[in-house]
Amino acid sequence: MYEHLETAEQTENLKRVVVDPVSRVEGHGKVTLLLDENNKVQQARLHIVEFRGFERFIQGRPYWELPVLVQRLCGICPVSHHLAAAKAIDQLVGIDPENLPVSADKLRRLLHFGQVMQSHALHFFHLSSPDLLFGFESEISKRNIIAVLTDYPDIGLQGVKLRKYGQEVIRMVSGKRIHGTGAIAGGMNKSLTKAERDYLLEDIDQMITWAAGSVALIKKVHCSNLPYYDDFATIRTNYLGLTKPDGALELYHGGIRAKNDKGETILDHFDYCRYNDIIHEEVRSWTYMKFPYLLSLGKEDGWYRVGPLARVNNCDFINTPLAEAARVEFKEHSGEAMVHSTLAFHWTRLIEVLHCAESIKELLHDPDIMGHDLVAQGERRFEGVGVIEAPRGTLFHHYQVDENDIVTKANLIVSTTSNNMAMNESVRQVAAEYLSGRELTEPLLNNLEVAIRAYDPCLSCATHAVGKMPLQLELVDAQGRLIDKLIKHDDGQIERLDG
Amino acid sequence: MNKTITIDGNAIPFEDGQTIMEAATAAGVYIPHLCHHPEYTPHGSCKLCTVRVNGRVCSACTFPAAEGQDVLNNTKDLNDDRKLITQMLFVEGNHFCPSCEKTGNCQLQAVAYYLNMLDDHFPHFYAHREMDASHHEVMIDHNRCIFCTLCVRASQQKDGKDVFAISGRGINKHLIVNAQSGLLKDTDLEASDQAAHICPTGAILIKRTGYTVPIGERIYDHKQIDEVALAEESRPLSKEIDHG
Repeated sequence: MYEHLETAEQTENLKRVVVDPVSRVEGHGKVTLLLDENNKVQQARLHIVEFRGFERFIQGRPYWELPVLVQRLCGICPVSHHLAAAKAIDQLVGIDPENLPVSADKLRRLLHFGQVMQSHALHFFHLSSPDLLFGFESEISKRNIIAVLTDYPDIGLQGVKLRKYGQEVIRMVSGKRIHGTGAIAGGMNKSLTKAERDYLLEDIDQMITWAAGSVALIKKVHCSNLPYYDDFATIRTNYLGLTKPDGALELYHGGIRAKNDKGETILDHFDYCRYNDIIHEEVRSWTYMKFPYLLSLGKEDGWYRVGPLARVNNCDFINTPLAEAARVEFKEHSGEAMVHSTLAFHWTRLIEVLHCAESIKELLHDPDIMGHDLVAQGERRFEGVGVIEAPRGTLFHHYQVDENDIVTKANLIVSTTSNNMAMNESVRQVAAEYLSGRELTEPLLNNLEVAIRAYDPCLSCATHAVGKMPLQLELVDAQGRLIDKLIKHDDGQIERLDG
Repeated sequence: MNKTITIDGNAIPFEDGQTIMEAATAAGVYIPHLCHHPEYTPHGSCKLCTVRVNGRVCSACTFPAAEGQDVLNNTKDLNDDRKLITQMLFVEGNHFCPSCEKTGNCQLQAVAYYLNMLDDHFPHFYAHREMDASHHEVMIDHNRCIFCTLCVRASQQKDGKDVFAISGRGINKHLIVNAQSGLLKDTDLEASDQAAHICPTGAILIKRTGYTVPIGERIYDHKQIDEVALAEESRPLSKEIDHG
């Protein structure tokens, strides 16, 4: 599609435009554009410029620390990391998902619905709604949550309270809104008391009403400017995510399903413990974030998108009534088997908020969440894989431990990483179709950020590469001229290019 | 008539043979401490219990109570010094409270809260310290050892063994175990030994039990360390004390 814009044929005499940092996303990234004398875009890249290294420094730690340690990757979706790690260490104590005590399984699901709900609400209302309500190229003073609260107080407040409710669910189950405990190997460390359950029940109907209202809002925003919304940053891709055995939308546990851009199945109900057989990761020198791809399709064609758009596209139905009705409406609007509009991420994100609210209500009425059979144990193993649908997409945690319970190897494929190629393609699409040839202004550059923001990337979660990471070092003078350039290739060779 | 000392101006009774720490604890007066434990011989190494006795600086856990002592304990100067000592303990080892399984049950963390320690103040050493997870039931995370010697004393005085010792001096000081291999698995330590439970930080842990106590039910979730310590340590000496 727009791959030719990843690297310019020659970079001499090209103007460099940088959006740094990309704002209203989690973590730190920047976009660079190289323009010729006619302002035509010759190169566009999304660079992830922070480095974390969790995969390395959890080595040497005991496995039961993992759910609490790795959740520190992120302050927005810590529960997803907590639960993915917990699912992996369940296997280390011999417990597969089907053998987890019923109460523990339902408590984890409740915790995760709270997580997805609060993360999605945060993203839509706090981070993205300013673009959608005021316009992508609106004045910069408008593009923030404060302006939303001033001009659309009802919408702003509902967003804040939807997020707060999700956080309260997390607090009741795990003890804290952010970075609690809860999941332990083989189960959970507490169930809900009746008082905690009743506290959450008080507001759940209001949350469902507001969530349904937010779906109506995004539908109106999207459909009121349909050709633009369906085209902006849009790319035709494969999609990957978990589904239930019956094909329903699933956030906590299921098999991997991947479909191509026409909606044809690439794989289905695939056991995620064997993810390594189907997914590989590529590294490139100009970013800390890797590029995963489906092995069967190869590096060029095998990249895919994950997250709410992928999940709603991939599933056959949603098992809660209001969210299912919203899904049907959503699919009907495009008339295609798969919806490829990048801005439709927002719509599907809010359908999932509605699904979470409905599911939370269902679970709160289930006595199992107050049960006391919370932990199971089986035969010891030395390798575990936990996969979950985090708010931003499929999240893989894979650990190996030694006979002393110490982690010897870890691999994390974080949701945002899976969307890396797609975000770059969307940036290039916007650069080529909406910016190329125009005099660049700050509001115009916000279009690039709008494209990235649609994916709700968590850049801090997604940068873990360590060791043989290829790197590119540029020395630039005060006028922006490249003085020197060093490239470390993935084989360790270092090459110097003259500026 | 009872013999008395004064602590911060209040008359506190004592019996011959009691230390200032013991007299204070019996009277419901908390003196911050980490290496002191009422069941074991005082060690006087952590220096958190430093008080002023008639103007002279002493460790309350080792200094005998005596008639005429005017003791200053809960003063700004002393608590500021205690906070500095606690900060030094934090930067000397590698104490990552957010993910540590001892969080909420840790005396080092609790005393830091008690002293209103809001930052580390000093540059971190980032010392390279090893883990010893070789024992099937018990683990040593040397990153969190503060050399209080409670495990050394508990092993000798309660368990009748000699599993632990402190080796090296100054910055090279470290906890060692009594085995040719240097590994815990080759000692006679058992998970039921008091030495395996006595650590005031997360340096010696029973394996596979981390995070099983939910937030809200941990020792220091609702009580400060002064309240917990006074309730636990003023009990008759024969009872077991386990800070989690």
